[in-house]
Amino acid sequence: MPVEARVNGKPVTLHADDDTPLLWVLREELGLTGTKFGCGIAACGACSVHIDGAVTRSCSVPVGTVAGKSITTIEGLGSVAAPHPLQTAWIAHQVPQCGYCQSGQLMAAAALLKASPHPTDAQIDAAMTNICRCATYLRIREAIHAVAGAGAMA
Amino acid sequence: MKLKRRYFLIGGAAALGAGVFSVWWGDTAALARAKRLTVGPGQSSFAGWLKIANDDTVTVYSPHIDFGQGSHTALAQMLADELDADWNKVRVVQAPADYAFGNAALAKALIPDMTGHPGLRQLPDPVFSLLARNVPLQVTGGSSAIRGTGQYGMRVVGAAARLALLATAAERLGVPESELVAMGSRITHARSGKVLRYGELAEAAARRSLSDDPKLKTRDQYTFIGKPIDRFDIPAKVNGSALYGMDFAVPDMRVATVIAAPVRGGKLVSVDHAPALAVKGVEKVIPLDDAVVVVATGYWPALKGVRALAPKFSDGGHGGFSSAGIHAAQAQQIAQGKPDNHYGHGDVAAALSAPGARTLNAEYRLPFLHQAAMEPFAMTGHHADGKLDVWGGTQDPIQTRNLLAKYAGLPVDAVAFHPMIMGGGFGRRFPPYTQIIEQIARVAMQVDHPVKLIWSREEDVKQGAYRPQSLGQLKAAIGSDGKIVAWQTDYAQFADAETEVKFPYLVPAVARRHYKYISNQVDAYWRSVNSTQHGFYNESFIDELAHLAGQDPYQFRRAHLPAGSRHLAVLDAAARRSGWGSPLPAGTGRGIALVESFGTICVHVIEASVKPDGAPQVHKVTAVVDCGTTVNPKNAEAQVQGGVLMGLSTALGEAITLTNGAVDQTSFPDYPILKLAAAPPIDVHFIESSAPIGGLGEPGLPPAAPALANALFVATGKRIRHLPIAGQLA
Repeated sequence: MPVEARVNGKPVTLHADDDTPLLWVLREELGLTGTKFGCGIAACGACSVHIDGAVTRSCSVPVGTVAGKSITTIEGLGSVAAPHPLQTAWIAHQVPQCGYCQSGQLMAAAALLKASPHPTDAQIDAAMTNICRCATYLRIREAIHAVAGAGAMA
Repeated sequence: MKLKRRYFLIGGAAALGAGVFSVWWGDTAALARAKRLTVGPGQSSFAGWLKIANDDTVTVYSPHIDFGQGSHTALAQMLADELDADWNKVRVVQAPADYAFGNAALAKALIPDMTGHPGLRQLPDPVFSLLARNVPLQVTGGSSAIRGTGQYGMRVVGAAARLALLATAAERLGVPESELVAMGSRITHARSGKVLRYGELAEAAARRSLSDDPKLKTRDQYTFIGKPIDRFDIPAKVNGSALYGMDFAVPDMRVATVIAAPVRGGKLVSVDHAPALAVKGVEKVIPLDDAVVVVATGYWPALKGVRALAPKFSDGGHGGFSSAGIHAAQAQQIAQGKPDNHYGHGDVAAALSAPGARTLNAEYRLPFLHQAAMEPFAMTGHHADGKLDVWGGTQDPIQTRNLLAKYAGLPVDAVAFHPMIMGGGFGRRFPPYTQIIEQIARVAMQVDHPVKLIWSREEDVKQGAYRPQSLGQLKAAIGSDGKIVAWQTDYAQFADAETEVKFPYLVPAVARRHYKYISNQVDAYWRSVNSTQHGFYNESFIDELAHLAGQDPYQFRRAHLPAGSRHLAVLDAAARRSGWGSPLPAGTGRGIALVESFGTICVHVIEASVKPDGAPQVHKVTAVVDCGTTVNPKNAEAQVQGGVLMGLSTALGEAITLTNGAVDQTSFPDYPILKLAAAPPIDVHFIESSAPIGGLGEPGLPPAAPALANALFVATGKRIRHLPIAGQLA
């Protein structure tokens, strides 16, 4: 059964079998390859997207369960012309190294800031559980604080 | 000339003495080929590595891949600095996987180190050029991009091109070169006010012969070297547009995945294809020598297809290997006392048995480690019209192309390898043991469509190329003056670490003996290679000796380092910055460790305690680094932070273990990688000096584990001699 959903604000009809993980539908059917495959068992977070605003590891969400839902991927978080403040901060703080996990990190951070615009270190610890083998963690923390701080002043 | 281990990863060819030498710049056949591959209308090439366009765009071709270490940007900084280019018009491109882009500068840097003969650096450039193109050399590893390619290649090309541009401008303006100033991709004649752009000079300048030995800038003249310039690759990595090997796609492409023999060295005995073919979307099952590949319309059906199979694999006679058995066998090898190689000086045996000497013996055991790059292997192959195209990422594009040709049974000229960016590597992607190269070559030859082969994370963990499991037995004696009089290291592992590992301490009698231990696993490189094992052995043991001697571990190291040495300066700086000796809360300890690797000296000081559940907690890290010059301090800091945290991650919980020859671990839950919440603050400080430039991708890692173990000894009184620490303090 085709699944109707919204991806990055646009209505889409998804044709993959119901048990296909959302990750592979995004990557192979829609060509949205910014969302990465890391482990396939929701352990690393590289595939994180927002489903109805909640950060979710898309490798473990069957596409059959997202009918009617609104999905945001890294491609929909911001654009080159109008980047999300976190994307700007990620560049300013030179966060990525290999970069492979960073889409997921940004989606997790964006969900965190939506829920807690001024997160404490403990809140960042609890929310940012995605794996980064290059270990860019210190700059991820810095960049989140920078955006939270900037928001406070605005 | 005795070629050491790391040489072999770059191909093993010793082409010296064969063929015709031609001058590096003047290697006209290779240069013409390089130009054909890269130069379009309105563009001029300088030695292949630099291209200047009529519109002033400066393109730097990097023979190194960038998998996160930032060397693309840093290499461009080095070339652009000597060229006096306008940074806003500089870009960097991955060099083609072609012998015309064999890396002669890297040969010059690495071969003397690898052979243990620094004098070889004085060989004429044509020799290195010949070697690099014949091996062919295009490897990324050994923290060599900046200290090798940057120093001996990029800077020289930039400086030589600048001289050619100046000479061309002087001729065109009819003025002496001494009256011209090059800056920002422009040459100015102040007296007449005339200005010429590099873009309008490039074509004529590129026809000149380039200087082999241009004068390079001194530190005070740098414009880009030493500046925290933003990396080129980062904007695309924050918006999802960066394309990794995993992301490559072409119309009509199929997707495949693989399961290989669980015991390394085992073979495929039989497999019934039917259960996979019954899965909707599966199109083909391809048995390989030691694996089965399922080709489908997408990754999910391919994975379901592989999971439906029940292939029978042999164990290749390797079913007897287990991690405990390997350590036992290694200890036994040492007990038999017949080392494969031995090094050192002085009479160690006499000193160890001298009356009154206080002696200490310790045995350290280290596990196999997995690189665990975030991007699992993925390569796309397309065989059509007798040609094979492959897209993906490895740590040596030229060698990858040659291997693809070998496995596809095609001439090299019929094979193109298109390097793509990689989600990490850390040593995992050296072509000789990057199994997906052979797999994609064989699979692409049997599929009538472009096909992308993707490894599952489980395959990535189980079929790894691990840091070899290792065991070290150390003995030492302390004399009546409280100083070490003899030091002996016996170690069993695959590789002889002698040319790589530096022992910085002054000890009158030293013996190092290597016992070559071969398991069914490949001898692979893991970030910082042998310096992790030996850093842990040496820096744990010297700490034990300090405590035995009743001395402060920092002062004890100090007493064994040469006066006025760089090592001493780094050690002192680390002690100062970390507040060494200042009081800490009860239950918290401070540990120090010093490791030189890849031409760079690092000292880490770590403060740590143990949580009620027995898990170590790292509170703070101070890292002081002397790599001579930091080309890009912002990126250099990131490399050290990442190295420290990767080192802590391994010390805390990482181990690959074998049972009956097969790997026990499957994915991240049983191969735990350190996460953000456990990442302590790290104060990174660089000591800039005129010392030769050192590597930086790896050296930040080795001191982390011993510094942590040393801190935990102070905190708990328990000495960690086996890694990972895991439950040892519970």
